Amino acid sequence: MLKKTRKILAAAIFIAAMLLFLDFTGSIHRWLGWIAKIQFIPAVLAMNFGIVLLLVLLTLLFGRVYCSVICPLGIMQDIISWVHGRTRKRNRFRFSWSKAKNPLRYTVLALFVVASAAGALSVASLIEPYSAFGRIASNLFAPLYLWGNNLLAWFAEKAGSYAFYSSEVWFKGLATFAVAVVTFTAIFILAWKNGRTYCNTICPVGTILGAVSRFSLFKPVIDTEKCRNCGLCGRQCKASCINMKEHRIDYSRCVACFDCIGACNEGAISYRPIWKRHGKTSGPGNEEKTDAGRRAFVTSSAIVLSAAALKAQDMKVDGGLAVIQDRKAPSRMTPLKPAGSMSLRHFSDHCTACQLCVSVCPNHVLRPSSAIETLMQPEMSFEKGWCRPECTKCSEVCPSGPIVPVTVEEKSSIQTGHAVVVYENCVVNTDGVSCGNCARHCPSGAIMMVRSVPGDKDSLKIPAVDTERCIGCGACEYLCPARPYSAIYVEGHEVHRTI
Amino acid sequence: MEDNDMDGNSITRREFLKHAGAAAAALGAMASGCAPVKEGGVPGQEKPGEMTLRTNPASGDKVSLLGYGCMRWPMTEDGTVDQEAVNRLVDRAIESGVNYFDTAPVYCRGLSEKMTAAALSRHPRNSYFIATKLSNFSNWSKDNSVLMYRKSFENLMTDHIDYYLLHSVSGGTDKFNSRFMDNGMVDFLMKEREAGRIRNLGFSFHDDKECFDYVLSLHDKVHWDFVQIQLNYLDWKHPSAGPDAAYLYGELEKRGIPAVIMEPLLGGRLSKVPEHIAARLKGMEPQNSVASWAFRFAGTFPGVLTVLSGMTYMEHLEENIRTYSPLAPLDAEELAFLEETATLMKQYPTIPCNNCEYCMPCPYGIDIPSILLHYNKCVNEGNIATDTSDSGYRKARRAYLVGYDRAVPKIRQADHCIGCRKCVSMCPQKINIPWELHRIARYVENLKLQK
Repeated sequence: MLKKTRKILAAAIFIAAMLLFLDFTGSIHRWLGWIAKIQFIPAVLAMNFGIVLLLVLLTLLFGRVYCSVICPLGIMQDIISWVHGRTRKRNRFRFSWSKAKNPLRYTVLALFVVASAAGALSVASLIEPYSAFGRIASNLFAPLYLWGNNLLAWFAEKAGSYAFYSSEVWFKGLATFAVAVVTFTAIFILAWKNGRTYCNTICPVGTILGAVSRFSLFKPVIDTEKCRNCGLCGRQCKASCINMKEHRIDYSRCVACFDCIGACNEGAISYRPIWKRHGKTSGPGNEEKTDAGRRAFVTSSAIVLSAAALKAQDMKVDGGLAVIQDRKAPSRMTPLKPAGSMSLRHFSDHCTACQLCVSVCPNHVLRPSSAIETLMQPEMSFEKGWCRPECTKCSEVCPSGPIVPVTVEEKSSIQTGHAVVVYENCVVNTDGVSCGNCARHCPSGAIMMVRSVPGDKDSLKIPAVDTERCIGCGACEYLCPARPYSAIYVEGHEVHRTI
Repeated sequence: MEDNDMDGNSITRREFLKHAGAAAAALGAMASGCAPVKEGGVPGQEKPGEMTLRTNPASGDKVSLLGYGCMRWPMTEDGTVDQEAVNRLVDRAIESGVNYFDTAPVYCRGLSEKMTAAALSRHPRNSYFIATKLSNFSNWSKDNSVLMYRKSFENLMTDHIDYYLLHSVSGGTDKFNSRFMDNGMVDFLMKEREAGRIRNLGFSFHDDKECFDYVLSLHDKVHWDFVQIQLNYLDWKHPSAGPDAAYLYGELEKRGIPAVIMEPLLGGRLSKVPEHIAARLKGMEPQNSVASWAFRFAGTFPGVLTVLSGMTYMEHLEENIRTYSPLAPLDAEELAFLEETATLMKQYPTIPCNNCEYCMPCPYGIDIPSILLHYNKCVNEGNIATDTSDSGYRKARRAYLVGYDRAVPKIRQADHCIGCRKCVSMCPQKINIPWELHRIARYVENLKLQK
């Protein structure tokens, strides 16, 4: 019964969390956005102390149910492990007791905390479970989902229906993609072989909640009088936390999955409050050899360091149409963050690089950064669209507080950056045509067209930017005909201002 | 793409005519109002009768009323020629009596003449007439124009061109003079006609009344063997620009100059019509396609030598063959009905783009015709809404925006038009393209802003 409830809840949360990263229309986030916001580290970063308190209380009451039911990365590992168990009956009983690797756990946790506090949150986030899941979902699963959607859109188009529309699948960043691949591979191998190894050695949330869950009110307990030492419970424990010989359970690693309760044919294990305890339990054991998990993460960060460069996707051109050169992103002195980010500092101190905003950005403006100090954290660029005024999607979905919620009205007055004109690139100068497309589409009226030769009324007009009115939305940059580099581009502001 | 229907009671009707044992021309009017006679055959699969032929009064050429416009040959996705499909279309056309093929050096990204010739050369040269044009739009020096003329012979693999046209008289008398008169091209072409390398000399027309009168006034000197004009039931009295087709046709008829008809279907605008217009036409003749009305209209005028249709698909070709094999001319009542239909259609704010692609390629990569056609499609389907309080606003918004991204890639959409105006002089329909594109961009922007 407990196990069934856990499975149903976990499945629902997992599907919902996955959908958050798959749904590109942004419609599901209104209903399910809370799932991202109740994740532990995002809640801590967003200083959502109510949620943190609730999660701690939940753990104090029932043990690490968070890891089994709320954490999508944890559920993903359960799924992988379960699939392995289904391949052969033997594989279902592949687990065995191992000692806790506490020095490793606490060292990793300490490093995580120090790195986060020191402003290297993006590096620390490599092992943060929710954002790791987000990177896997958005980099590996979202493209499949989008292709499926695009196939449906193709059929819909043939059927004259507007029920589905296609959305471009593009490669947003090599570094983040590589991190997602490495993370997924490592997690997959660990979960396939040994279940919850990651959660009980690397995961900082697992370590924190593990420290709390030792004192939880409800726990699975082995009744030594009923136990016949068959060892079935321990061989099914994916957390490897049941010491069958000593009839003890390491509650710092138990993720409250309740598998053991059903595994016991004698009914010797039960989940009950602490005051009804019968059997004995154990404290944590001690370290053993390092495992593949840590090695995998060391490798992943090495790959991350060497990777760079966003690559624009080739665009399809028809023979009867003039070829349009691919747009190249300008090198911006200050990176652009979406409205609601307040400042670069605020942003990098709160962002776990979960990619939720990147997945949901309907204008393909956000993509993960490839700069080392802000690695994988999103930034704006306008090769595929501009930051449209009616959209505040990223600020709505952001769970950990780097992008605080803004309204459409507020957004229209937040200066995230300012436009800079590069006259050598302007088609008025290069092609001798009249243009003014930047001014025509500037939503804040910050661009005026002035004579290219001052005082000469016959000369063509070129753009000039009133930076006081510019909000850095990028309409001008996106719609500028100059290629590969726009003749007008946006420089970010370190601290966002309000007009 | 012309959305011609596949049904063809025209056949049944014509079968009926045969049974009545009367000439189509005389009885077409009577028959058109009659209910089709059930004969057990599948409509559209019966063999059509004989193609209506028209006689060129000067040369005596027997020209099929259906002429093949070679501007819209099927192309593959990557912009290359689908020669096999062209061959099939040409074979089928010739088999059913079509013998007039109208091409130009600039059609189909410059490939049309060769594609057409490749298909035609598989048939005896005396079984068809070739029409091509002097498309000296960008450089009208004599050298360049003569070069273009000679190149056509090479492309068409022929020693004579049956119908040669000064391509798209447009932009006023001054431009006409500089393109054709001052550089001596008309004199040159008249000599070529004397030498027999050109059998008929004419021009295609897209300009104002003044220019038409001027060019026709040269008739005494040049002797135009034919003139190609835009004629259809919308342009007959309600042209989007320039003189109405009734005037153009009347002037030609007065002088006994045969008219070749282009844009009988306005690039599909007379087959893809608003729903209630379609219902109106279908209400009169449920089994006949919307497009067939337009073809019968153009063919009804006796001074028309041939009606050009740019048929991309076999289905369109088959349907047009049926409509003209033989032609059932419209009677006075039906003409009045179409005139009334035209006034109703004029109330729809569609943009008069016929998808001829003369404006293309836009140097900045904008897909002009696709943008305009998508707008027209939404106008015709009632999917234009400006007020969020409209009951159908959300549906119209979605249809417009989703359909827009399907029809035109984002980087080729109207918001990328910089207004350089290079396209403006190219448009035979005199559409102020940048103005329309900016208007559409504003409309789309408002749709996006107002959810």
